[in-house]
Amino acid sequence: MGFYVVQFLTGLASAASLFLVASGLTIIFGVTRVVNFAHGSFYMLGAFIAYSLVKTLPLGPTGFWVGVVLAALAVGVIGVVMEVTILRRIYQAPELFQLVATFGVVMVAKDAALLFWGPEDRLGPRAPGLNKAIELFGSRVPEYDLVVIALGFVVLGLLWLLFNRTRWGAVVRAATQDREMLSALGINQKLLFTAVFFLGSVLAGLGGALQLPRASVSHQMDLSIIATVFVVVVLGGMGSIPGAFLAAVIISELSAFGILIFPKITLVLMFLVMVVVLVARPFGILGKPVPDVGEPVQSDETLTRLPSALGWAGYVAVVALLLAIPMLLSEFYLVLWTQVFIFALFAASLHFIMGGGGMVSFGHAAYFGLGGYGCAMLLVRAGLPMEATLLLAPVVAAAGAALFGYFCVRLSGVYMAMLSLAFAQIVWSVVFQWSDVTGGEDGVNRVWPSPWAKDRVVFYYLTLTLAAVGIFTLWRLLFAPFGYTLRAGRDSPMRAESIGIDIRFHRWLAFIISGAAAGVAGSLLALAKGFVGPTWVDIPRSIDALMMVLIGGVQTLVGPILGALTFVILEDRLSAFDYWRSAFGLIIILICVLMPKGIVGSGRALIGRLGLGGGGER
Amino acid sequence: MGPAREAGVKVRREDYMSQSKRLVGMVAASAIMIGAAGAALAADPIKIGEINSYTALADFTQPYRKGWQMAVNEINAKGGVIGRPLEVIARDDAGKPENAVSIAEELVTKDKVDILAGTYFSHIGVAVTNFSKEKKKLFIATEPMSDDITWAQGHNYTFRLRASTHIQSAMLAEEAAKTKAKRWAIVSPNYKFGQDAVAAFKRVLKEKRPDVEFVVEQWPALGKIDAGATVQALAQAKPDGIFNALFSRDLTAFVREADLRGLLTKDLVVAGLLTGEPEYLEPLGAEAPQGWIVTGYPWYAITDPKHKKFIDDYQAKYKETPKMGSLIGYVSIQAIAAMIQKAGSVDQDKLIVAMKGLTFDSVAGPVTFRDIDHQSTLGAWVGKTAVKDGKPIMVDWRYTQGPQYSIPDEEIKKLRGKE
Amino acid sequence: MSVLTVSGLAKSFGGVQALRDVNFTLAAGEILAMIGPNGAGKSTCFNCINGQLRPDLGSVTFAGHELIGLPPRRIWRLGVGRTFQITATFGSMTVAENVQMALISHHRRTRAPWTLATRLHREEALALLDAVGMRDQAERRCSVLAYGDLKRVELAVALAHGPRMLLMDEPTAGMAPKERIALMALTAGIVHDRGISVLFTEHDMDVVFANADRIIVLNRGELIAEGTPAAVRDNPMVQEIYLGAGSMFGAAAAGAHA
Repeated sequence: MGFYVVQFLTGLASAASLFLVASGLTIIFGVTRVVNFAHGSFYMLGAFIAYSLVKTLPLGPTGFWVGVVLAALAVGVIGVVMEVTILRRIYQAPELFQLVATFGVVMVAKDAALLFWGPEDRLGPRAPGLNKAIELFGSRVPEYDLVVIALGFVVLGLLWLLFNRTRWGAVVRAATQDREMLSALGINQKLLFTAVFFLGSVLAGLGGALQLPRASVSHQMDLSIIATVFVVVVLGGMGSIPGAFLAAVIISELSAFGILIFPKITLVLMFLVMVVVLVARPFGILGKPVPDVGEPVQSDETLTRLPSALGWAGYVAVVALLLAIPMLLSEFYLVLWTQVFIFALFAASLHFIMGGGGMVSFGHAAYFGLGGYGCAMLLVRAGLPMEATLLLAPVVAAAGAALFGYFCVRLSGVYMAMLSLAFAQIVWSVVFQWSDVTGGEDGVNRVWPSPWAKDRVVFYYLTLTLAAVGIFTLWRLLFAPFGYTLRAGRDSPMRAESIGIDIRFHRWLAFIISGAAAGVAGSLLALAKGFVGPTWVDIPRSIDALMMVLIGGVQTLVGPILGALTFVILEDRLSAFDYWRSAFGLIIILICVLMPKGIVGSGRALIGRLGLGGGGER
Repeated sequence: MGPAREAGVKVRREDYMSQSKRLVGMVAASAIMIGAAGAALAADPIKIGEINSYTALADFTQPYRKGWQMAVNEINAKGGVIGRPLEVIARDDAGKPENAVSIAEELVTKDKVDILAGTYFSHIGVAVTNFSKEKKKLFIATEPMSDDITWAQGHNYTFRLRASTHIQSAMLAEEAAKTKAKRWAIVSPNYKFGQDAVAAFKRVLKEKRPDVEFVVEQWPALGKIDAGATVQALAQAKPDGIFNALFSRDLTAFVREADLRGLLTKDLVVAGLLTGEPEYLEPLGAEAPQGWIVTGYPWYAITDPKHKKFIDDYQAKYKETPKMGSLIGYVSIQAIAAMIQKAGSVDQDKLIVAMKGLTFDSVAGPVTFRDIDHQSTLGAWVGKTAVKDGKPIMVDWRYTQGPQYSIPDEEIKKLRGKE
Repeated sequence: MSVLTVSGLAKSFGGVQALRDVNFTLAAGEILAMIGPNGAGKSTCFNCINGQLRPDLGSVTFAGHELIGLPPRRIWRLGVGRTFQITATFGSMTVAENVQMALISHHRRTRAPWTLATRLHREEALALLDAVGMRDQAERRCSVLAYGDLKRVELAVALAHGPRMLLMDEPTAGMAPKERIALMALTAGIVHDRGISVLFTEHDMDVVFANADRIIVLNRGELIAEGTPAAVRDNPMVQEIYLGAGSMFGAAAAGAHA
């Protein structure tokens, strides 16, 4: 009995620190609708800053707590800087651009931390005066845990007071419901958003700073917390503070008790709970549906026509040039271009549902990964030949897409995006933790092509062929009745339904087709590397696909291809730098701020503005 | 990258080179290095492609980098190997096998390296060794400890320097068998290294002590331990021995919670794989657990003159104490140089022939790359942890070479035969 | 012979009775107007018929098929066309493509993966656009059309599958008075030619009295009057609701809270 109480308290202590971080994210989302990926980085920065401050300030409780508070405030300031310099410029852009921009901030923050604190882990001191444990039912509970639990409740209470008993809180709540009303009330929305970012970032920084006495401060803290925090925020209901608290407790206790029974699959449990809740309650436990601020993808923009005869001639010329590459460039460029093809197909598969159907997937890596793992399992474990696995891997991915898509197409906007992320995380946690079958963290090795395709030139042509056929098929589908039907559902669901179209069904089919194409890309990458690992399915992979599509331009056909090309080439060019991540992140932020329609879209808009093109009828 | 980043961040702060100059990184810096060494080294450098988790596990890999840099500098100052300077092109894999494989491909196709080397994490080592087999490129696995690299997935093109998981776990099991502990708990990161280590520890301990039982196992994901709950779960089973394969940030979090929650009682026997390595022990400071049976690197107590000179030189050069990584980094380059010297060229087949059974004089004593499994005989230091003057150290240690802790040759042949 | 039979329709929202035992029929080729002040239950009634809402009680039969419980798309397939109060078209498509889309759906080819959609049923679509006077704008995008033109496109879309009945929710809302008369005259002409029945709601009494064959009047969820335009105009209950201000149209808004 005593043990269970202590284990519960242990879970509660984790819940309290998780809640601090999650409450910040949920407040920011609730008011500004920004899915802030940089929140995890703020958490990490809070820990690093607190480490430096606590080391500098005089020893003792005062020094420690002053350090923690100052670190939280400093992170708040960083949050404000991000809001004012970047996000404020792109609130009008589709929501996804804000997400991608914050992901750029993640990269910049990572390098900033490397620059200031070096790559090594930093172990801070224990909390002065709280470095013991108290006896409870024969087990010992660290004093610090109890303090953190208390802090969690205090912050919950303070936030409740702030939002329910102050005028400012009332305004924020009003903003959560209806943005338009704010300007009607004469409230400075800019200032409100900045204040909200400050508050949210302070909470992230506080959460990070409070980790100091528990574990080493490391550069892996950012992405490792953000996935969990997303789970908490989505599970609790986006924008709901009590929801975040409840979800933090559920997730933490699940982990605390889960490891007693299933010590190897705690992560799977977490995401499984998330999916079950989201399928039953798409808006989370305590969440209410928030009105969409706008479509996640601008649907007033249009897909261009299928290329004209001249256009096709251009594509044929490009393909001809690509066919000649092995004769023109060195071996290394074959490797590079092979990757470009793979990611172009991956990006095109996401574009198919985003551009064509207005569906946003934050978890497209799921199908890339299912393809990759499907290929690896069939090839290595089942011993099938490569040719068979290339046919079957997309089937595996399509099956996954059929299952997950069945639930995803029932939702729309950010809720669909979050459910798709949850599904992707399920796949990730399964491949990550089910090591007997998937190899877990180790991945699957020896996923090599058949002997005839091993040569880099042959593999280059194989990839080029599959990617070109895949992309051409997706394009063709977009302009076939099927694609038009999808677009009909995107443009006006009501009208589509009233001319006899079953939108869900068509969306579901599109999801499956997209999943299959992503699966082809995933299996090709596996064969190119001879390896599959959890990185096939992780969050950065999904974000990569989103970035490629958005950087290129959602409402253009070549956008995703150019996006993938830009992405792969940039990464290759930059990764020789020490601080290449920050350079990469900055470029992404700049593209988001300067070209909210993506490279192709913005280029076209510019041509239109200069009066050079005829197509810009608006 | 490369020497531009030399000595990690400390140097970088004083380093005002622009980023574009850093891009040139390795090439430029090695050119300077070669220039300093004189005209004798005008020949083409021998290129070593070095892949490592320089940012994901800096505690070990940064000292490792300093170790190999020191060796490269020394060798090049003496005119290089077979009349050619060594050039190390170092790349960061960010702790991800996928990145490591990409980098390996780039190093081979773009930089045209002669030899691949490095990798820290076991699963990354396995991924690169499979690449090396497929592309028929020599790979010197310097740090990764997975048994698969030399056994189940062993092949002609890969050799491993550091004492393997099995060897080090067996050393610990041998010591653990001498204790009274019967009820054992396991806590280990859930990936190749941890799985191999636990399997080896269990196997050897059971052989020596059939009466032991394993009462609880905790397998936190690498770098993601929920320390409080894990410690509580272990304590619940009331073990009298714990085998711990955690390292780095998982280890520090675990030790803190274990200490606070009273898991580490006086009578509890703890066998900690790698815990004695300074990179993991030192950050714990005075909080370091005492009396754990560990493998590690007690550099402060080394008396062998040659080894001592390395330690002194290292401290003089970098103004910091050496770590396990420093030694491995240094000896890696010694091994590679010896191999090339013996082969007389960088022809892959000749290098392999030379490396099989190669014996060279490392700073830590003579080391042989065994013909049977391509594992070096570089041993490990086994001892107990203690805290002296507020600093954690290893005491009662001994250095043992690896082979006697290996598995029977017949078994190795069977394992390697599969591949 | 009636095409549509509504009987015993009732619907309440959280205790508020929006519809109460509504019964009426629509004959083949008939144009039936449903009028009533705001909040009278017109939209609720409409949505129960078109499948958007499920009534608590009652039945709606169309050409022998029970419509209650069917989703809008199935009702459409039975031969019911719709236009919306606020036009709903596919903004990224041209006028012709909007009609083609409806034709593609009608011919059950929405899953066709390869043919180019723009080439399908093009002649048929252009003929429909001709009928509504939009042929010359066939290649323009719907997102750039004037509102009145969008209404015509909607009409063409609604006619695409050769419906037996049209449901038109305030077909002239948001248009200038002159355009309203023209649009309804156009509609009336087409439906009379093709023998289509029409049920429409409308605020503009001029439009109603000019085009409706018959009128039903709803108030507070109940059907209070039914008959020819002349009969309805003379009905004292209707006058009580609508009069006061003298003009039926002007009184409509005031009557809502009476």
